Amino acid sequence: MRNVWIICRKELGSYFVSPIAYLLLTMFAVIFGFFFWNALGYFVLMGMESQMRGQMFPMNLNEEVVRPLLSNVSVIGLFFIPMITMRLFAEEKRTGTIELLATSPIRDVEIILGKWLAALILYACLLLFTALNFAFLFRYGHPDWKPLAIGYLGLLLQAGGLLAIGTFISTLTKNQIIAGAATFGVCLILWVLEWVSGYETATWAKVLSYMSVITHFESFSKGVLNTKDAIFYLTVIFVGLFLTTRSMESLRWRS
Amino acid sequence: MIRVKDLTKKYARTVAVDQISFEVEKGQIVGFLGPNGAGKTTTMRILTCFLPPSSGSATVAGFDVLDQPLEVKKRIGYLPETPPLYPEMETAEYLSFVGKLKGLSGSELSRRVDFACERCAVTDVRKKILGKLSKGYRQRVGLAQAIIHNPDVLILDEPTAGLDPKQINETRDLIKGLAGDHTIILSTHILPEVEQTCQQVIIINKGKLVATDSVENLQARARGAESVLVEVAARDGSLDLAAVQKRLEQIRGVSRVQFKTSHANRDVFEVESKKGFVRGDLARSVVEAGWDLNELRPAAMSLEEIFLQLTGGETPAGTQEVVAKGAD
Repeated sequence: MRNVWIICRKELGSYFVSPIAYLLLTMFAVIFGFFFWNALGYFVLMGMESQMRGQMFPMNLNEEVVRPLLSNVSVIGLFFIPMITMRLFAEEKRTGTIELLATSPIRDVEIILGKWLAALILYACLLLFTALNFAFLFRYGHPDWKPLAIGYLGLLLQAGGLLAIGTFISTLTKNQIIAGAATFGVCLILWVLEWVSGYETATWAKVLSYMSVITHFESFSKGVLNTKDAIFYLTVIFVGLFLTTRSMESLRWRS
Repeated sequence: MIRVKDLTKKYARTVAVDQISFEVEKGQIVGFLGPNGAGKTTTMRILTCFLPPSSGSATVAGFDVLDQPLEVKKRIGYLPETPPLYPEMETAEYLSFVGKLKGLSGSELSRRVDFACERCAVTDVRKKILGKLSKGYRQRVGLAQAIIHNPDVLILDEPTAGLDPKQINETRDLIKGLAGDHTIILSTHILPEVEQTCQQVIIINKGKLVATDSVENLQARARGAESVLVEVAARDGSLDLAAVQKRLEQIRGVSRVQFKTSHANRDVFEVESKKGFVRGDLARSVVEAGWDLNELRPAAMSLEEIFLQLTGGETPAGTQEVVAKGAD
């Protein structure tokens, strides 16, 4: 565990020493801020319209602002995740520092967990910016905090899975761009797989749609903690990290 | 300290290391010599547990690299060909990170960082970003990184590659200074480096062990016969090569005379003879014939020539012996 933390600290250090972390944080804050502004603007307009018509149908911050925003975050995340994971191993392989890690008295699993954890922490930092926006909702309205908390948990789980896949892909190449592009491609596919359920109900379509990371976010965004969906994400995390350990081992046998 | 037996490493199509066996005693500096692509780096990577061997075994301080890699790694300091530096880190921060990786902590860690900085003369760049250091400093930070946890064994892959002559000397002195506390294996394709720093040489070529012996023994063995370079000149400017050669050959004990080079009216011959003193006879003979004797010097075989003999295609009689003795 100590070793995991050493690696994790080092990775966080390199994220925050270089411009990567700040660039991602800024971009994320701006994009999410825009989404938040739009969602809120629409909500306010709807509120005014319903007042003008004189018919007061119930309006719910959680349902109409928090939920679509959380879904948006889960989509924006797809674009940010490759940028977080692409350098994890690719850079170490390019500069040869992987040799230092691999010849230190530390297990491969510890290296991988440390790196993945650092990526997850950076992603959590991105989410912190969304919390800043949501704080305004709590200042001026009365949304329920529980569905929001579950939504965040879902986001972290989903990101954990995709980050694990990104970490795995990063071990496959020395080139960060290739790692990033491939991760983006895989993330995108895992996202759009869900579309087939729109027109097809055969078993294969169900399986494909089940494999989509978006399908399983549905319940989290509603504020429902569904064990099945949580287990799906945990499985993705496990498979991703497991593949990474295999890939690192094969690195030794091949190169 | 290090025991390697029948070590073999195969890649998909090539055999990088082919049944190498050698042993290194505690406290020695061993030069690992071979042309580029001979398998030096591969062997070192196996010893540091970076690569697993295809067959054969290697043990460091009694621990097998396959069975107990963590124990081996604790006892090894490794400087790869390019120092494994994180360009965004500061020197002291980096050394402290490596120290933690190797299991140091607390006051011992900071003590070792100070020690390594001092030992490798990088104290003045402690707070500098590694990416901005010059090549010489990077190499020394790389060395500092390797000794941070006071390992029993130091494995250095071409520690002087790419340095300027002054830095090369400094690095060599540094390595020599480290020898007392550590067993050192350093690889190189630069021969003087081995002659100057190492006590023992392991020569490999195309993955095969060619010779392993002490530097002096290797030189002595390759020189089965004595050979002398003679530079002869004629006063009037015309020198009959054949006549000189014939005269030299007639001297007692001389087994072979070979014309080497000729500049202006001075000619250089290499005279091989049985062990013993023929130089007096040589000098007298040349002078009595009316020629000038400009130079007479023993053609001591440099490690370079031995190396070429051992790794090249040509295998003179003397070499076979080295191979035979080296292999056992």
